[in-house]
Amino acid sequence: MSVITVENISKHYIIDHQKGKGVNTLRDVVSENFRQLFGNKKNQVTTTHEEFWALRDVSFSVEQGDRVGIVGHNGAGKSTLLKILSKIIEPTSGSVRIRGRVASLLEVGTGFHPELTGRENIFLNGSLLGMSRSEIRKQFDEIVAFAGVEKFLDTPVKRYSSGMYVRLGFAISAHLDPEIMIVDEVLAVGDAEFQKKSLGKMRDNSASGRTILFVSHNLTAVQALCNKSLYFEKGQLLEQGETNQVIATYLSKVSRTRLLREWDTPEQAPGNDLVRVKRIELIPEYQDELTHIDVRTPMKFRFEFWNMMDSANLNLSMHLNSLTGECIFNVGTKSQPYGPGVIAGECTIPGYFLNDGSYTISVMIVKDTVTPLFTMEESLTFDVEDYREGIAWYGKWPGYVRPQFPFHIGMLEEAVK
Amino acid sequence: MKTHEVLIQPGRSERHYWRDLWRNRELLLILSMRDVSVRYKQTALGMAWGLIRPLTTMLIMVFVFSMVAKLKGDPGVPYPLMVLAGITIWTFFSTAFTQISNSVTLNSNLVTKVYFPRLLMPLSSIAVSFLDFLVSLGLFILLAIWYRFLPDWHLLFVPFFVLLAVLAAFAFGLFFAVINVKFRDIGQLIPFIVQIGFYVCPIAYTSQLLADKWWYSIYILNPMVGIIDGFRWSLLGGKTYFNPQSLLASVALTGVCLILSVYFFRKRENTFVDDI
Repeated sequence: MSVITVENISKHYIIDHQKGKGVNTLRDVVSENFRQLFGNKKNQVTTTHEEFWALRDVSFSVEQGDRVGIVGHNGAGKSTLLKILSKIIEPTSGSVRIRGRVASLLEVGTGFHPELTGRENIFLNGSLLGMSRSEIRKQFDEIVAFAGVEKFLDTPVKRYSSGMYVRLGFAISAHLDPEIMIVDEVLAVGDAEFQKKSLGKMRDNSASGRTILFVSHNLTAVQALCNKSLYFEKGQLLEQGETNQVIATYLSKVSRTRLLREWDTPEQAPGNDLVRVKRIELIPEYQDELTHIDVRTPMKFRFEFWNMMDSANLNLSMHLNSLTGECIFNVGTKSQPYGPGVIAGECTIPGYFLNDGSYTISVMIVKDTVTPLFTMEESLTFDVEDYREGIAWYGKWPGYVRPQFPFHIGMLEEAVK
Repeated sequence: MKTHEVLIQPGRSERHYWRDLWRNRELLLILSMRDVSVRYKQTALGMAWGLIRPLTTMLIMVFVFSMVAKLKGDPGVPYPLMVLAGITIWTFFSTAFTQISNSVTLNSNLVTKVYFPRLLMPLSSIAVSFLDFLVSLGLFILLAIWYRFLPDWHLLFVPFFVLLAVLAAFAFGLFFAVINVKFRDIGQLIPFIVQIGFYVCPIAYTSQLLADKWWYSIYILNPMVGIIDGFRWSLLGGKTYFNPQSLLASVALTGVCLILSVYFFRKRENTFVDDI
């Protein structure tokens, strides 16, 4: 029996470039209308509309008990789809039929109020996610135990560590009892141990016949959890079917090497009113007249951005991820005050560090060491080729990194002949 | 288990909207409790602020209008009592109105992440102002005891005027809440409207003073005139000036605006996510 039937769903946005500075003000609208009333044609404001299809003609159906992974790049339409299924946004055309109680988990700790205590937030978040107060009361102790926040129940969540905050948020949603569960990227946060625990909890839930829709960049998690998958690209559903097969297609279509991205003017550049990305580059220092990166190659990562704020304490944070979305390491710069202008950061990844494989780099611009202003996910993609010397073994070298730490071997005691 | 089927289509807002709203009454309660408990967090005086504000406003009004401008109140009613009654209902209306107007934008983090009938946001924002209203009403009772003023059966009408004030705040606030999503100018405009309203409405003075002016019939078109005068009239034992005609304007205008703004809100609520 299919519990979700999606037929020809499309979502269409019009991006208005003339007003495109975020929030409209009444003045803009009034003054534009005046100009149109009295202005001659030469004076008319040129407004360019750009059409954008976040989703286009998407159809699929989900059977009861299926665990469906949704994969694709950023901007492929995955989140838009989840928001339509959650009734948060309306589709432009098409229809969706859902049978059963739905709980959507688009964020960990939706509606958490920093001033309220853990206890109060459990009730707030639980009822936002559709639990009744008696249901919450029944599960309360279990939620608290799962999150491990017993001691801090009556502390405002603003005093929680980010780990506790995430654990509490997830614990509540893990104890929801809907027939269909929609989950977006929530496993991207929290420490590895907790991720494993959450994944386990979700798998237990699905064993009891629950349908799960799961978006993640972490292909390992999708493979571990989902039996079916959907692959989206630019708003279209490119492939659906068994998870392993869909992920293989996805990986084969991922554009392999991209070492430089550059924008000429802030208007076209990705970012927001505070900061915009100017240039991202990975500069390999090729060895032995090579033209590709291998495990020996040191690389310089360079990042430039426009800062529009008058003065702000900024730092950069760089994540290096495996192709399956797992973060291998994260390095940050010092936080320093900057005025408006172009700011550049540089980081060196030494040779003999990364193992062979494909990697992506995400960069984050952070204010006051806590507030991420802008995150550019998967900004660069590159491959590291294998290189071995004096080794007769050619199997896949295990691990994400292949450092050459000092490792000595020597005869301790010679056997007496 | 009964199956619960949902159909999502463009332009088709939830068919069972009002039933959904009723089902979510627990959420309404919890959202209201959130606003109430957050209100005075990390303040040293806490709920006392609900007393301090109307009390100081009243003292200033009494000083300026009664002692400096030598305005006269209604005969047989102590001027401070008359002013405090007016301030109480006006503050209730204006804070409710302000909170409702800002309710959607203040909850934008919810709008983009979870579905619930959007009307819950303006509805839940009334709670805080109602609590302040009760505190202020308590202050009024104390002052009435001080002046040895005894109310009578007119008190029975108090709930009616309070309800009317809520409905009026809702009718006007809802409209601004929708516009506020797209045009944040509203945030600037609201305090201004409230400030003007304070002088336009009969709070520090009795509207009897204006009864023989040629523009009086226009003046009573202000729906708040009937509500404030009526509230004061029922609280002060029918001794203050109250023109039933002004109540007619209040009821009619509030009713029409309420229907229009709920319709407007329902029509626009599905676009909140895209505009916010």
